Amino acid sequence: MTFPPVAGDAARHERAQAAPMVAFEGVTKRYGDGAQSFTALDGVDMTVGRGEITGIIGRSGAGKSTLIRLVNGLEKASSGRVVVDGTEVGSLTEAGLRGLRREVGMIFQHFNLLSSRTAFDNVALPLEIAGLDRAAIKAKVAPLLDLVGLGDKAARYPSELSGGQKQRVGIARALATSPKLLLSDEATSALDPETTQSILALLKQINAELGLTVLLITHEMEVVKTIASHVAVIDEGRIVEQGRTFDVFTAPKHETTRILLSATLGTSLPEWLRDGLKPVPSAGDRVLVRLTFFGATAFQPLTARLVAEIGGDVNILAGAIEEIAGEPFGTLVVAYPAAPDVLDRANRFYAETGLSTEVLGYVA
Amino acid sequence: MSPEMLFGLLWKSLLQTLHMVAVSGLVGSLIGLPIGVFLATSGKGELFPAPKLNYVIGLIVNAARSTPFIILVVAIIPFTRLLTGTSIGTTAAIVPLTIATVPFFARLVEAAIREIDKGLIEAARAMGATPMQIVRKVLLAEARPAILLAFTMTIVSLIGYSAMVGAVGGGGLGDLGIRYGYQRFMPDVMLAVVIVLIVLVQLVQSAGDALARRFDKRNRKS
Repeated sequence: MTFPPVAGDAARHERAQAAPMVAFEGVTKRYGDGAQSFTALDGVDMTVGRGEITGIIGRSGAGKSTLIRLVNGLEKASSGRVVVDGTEVGSLTEAGLRGLRREVGMIFQHFNLLSSRTAFDNVALPLEIAGLDRAAIKAKVAPLLDLVGLGDKAARYPSELSGGQKQRVGIARALATSPKLLLSDEATSALDPETTQSILALLKQINAELGLTVLLITHEMEVVKTIASHVAVIDEGRIVEQGRTFDVFTAPKHETTRILLSATLGTSLPEWLRDGLKPVPSAGDRVLVRLTFFGATAFQPLTARLVAEIGGDVNILAGAIEEIAGEPFGTLVVAYPAAPDVLDRANRFYAETGLSTEVLGYVA
Repeated sequence: MSPEMLFGLLWKSLLQTLHMVAVSGLVGSLIGLPIGVFLATSGKGELFPAPKLNYVIGLIVNAARSTPFIILVVAIIPFTRLLTGTSIGTTAAIVPLTIATVPFFARLVEAAIREIDKGLIEAARAMGATPMQIVRKVLLAEARPAILLAFTMTIVSLIGYSAMVGAVGGGGLGDLGIRYGYQRFMPDVMLAVVIVLIVLVQLVQSAGDALARRFDKRNRKS
């Protein structure tokens, strides 16, 4: 399933390749008017790269559902532009919108399968809507059910399938019209962790095999961490941070990102430790430092060297090693005496190795 | 009355009842179905937004439903005569029965369609479906079990209403019960009529339930 360039227009094709699949330009969305109006999105600028998996993460009510619905015109922007593959969504007529929607698949938190149709007929629905005949539909649906691993469940009704299987039907249905973009609206939020992982693996596989661009919204950092190469953090209708997932996750700049991250990455301190933290040291205190390992430093035996450098009086209080968008990332919270000579030696060591550190506070 | 005579009267009246109920049930439901779909889809921000028309049709439906049936029968006699050339008899009775069916069935269809998860409509819109495709392939398909039950309920109500038109010479089982059972004080005829009506309603309800169950795939056990 590839999308051949328009013959005789190679230059335009090349430009299109470089341009993002989706671009939000100063997008604002207000509901209602006057005093009762509510601003769901406030000046959103962001892009979704071709062939990438991009995640939008935020707490509930942050505006992510509205944002993803602007892409296929289920919602209309109050101002600003939403551009999908070179077409401004707001400029399309109803018929034009229907054409766009056939090129943009969507999957949902609650699957939204028709209870009156079998798995096969659910996947066939978008093709019936597009006006394909029965033979053409059959030729398309069977391979899609195989792709999502439900080749033997074609005749089953949704009520006979598990949550994960229903979402697989949803994915097959979203892929039926060979879209160039897949929108995922909290697709794993109603699933247990194990099923979530299998659905994410399927999305990753589809992204790799079909070169399909994926835009997903979620409130689960775990989802973004596992499959999204790029991420945007949304809070109160604004994109507060965006970039490569690894960069954003390892060096979060915005408070919302930090809060969202602290739950997933091993960066939160145990409560007993957090409560005893002091901002300034008094004599005999120990300093608490968070070390962050990634890139080159992730693979070096730095902890052992730090212990040797400081002279042995180091204790490890918390730590974790994770994989973010396929790259290793580790954090370690250590404590050692806040004596000037020890601090000097430690800081020299950090400068020398390029370790990223953060002083969290002091404890007695 | 001899058993043969009673049986003959019952049979003739049953056929008249079935005739009235079948014709008014089918015609009334056919007219009521699109009205019900419209009522369920024409609110603000829905598939065919027309809130004002929705309001007006809603008013008419409510007015028709709150008119006692026996008054409706009498009130539309001129219309009935215009349509059938007479205001008494089985054929004439079909007109008020049909008119009573339309708003009744329309409201039931509306309720059945409103039960459908809005997420399904959104999913269909996201596939590029037209509003008409959404009605045909999503709303009517998903509401089919509920609409079949609504149709069953409509037929059962019609059996009751059709007994009422007996009072104005409409024929049928109700007519038989009133003229023989009540006015001539023949309790055996009254009892026979009631038993036939009970059996008839029971059969219709069972058949409707079975049909609705057959199309309901929501709680299938594999």
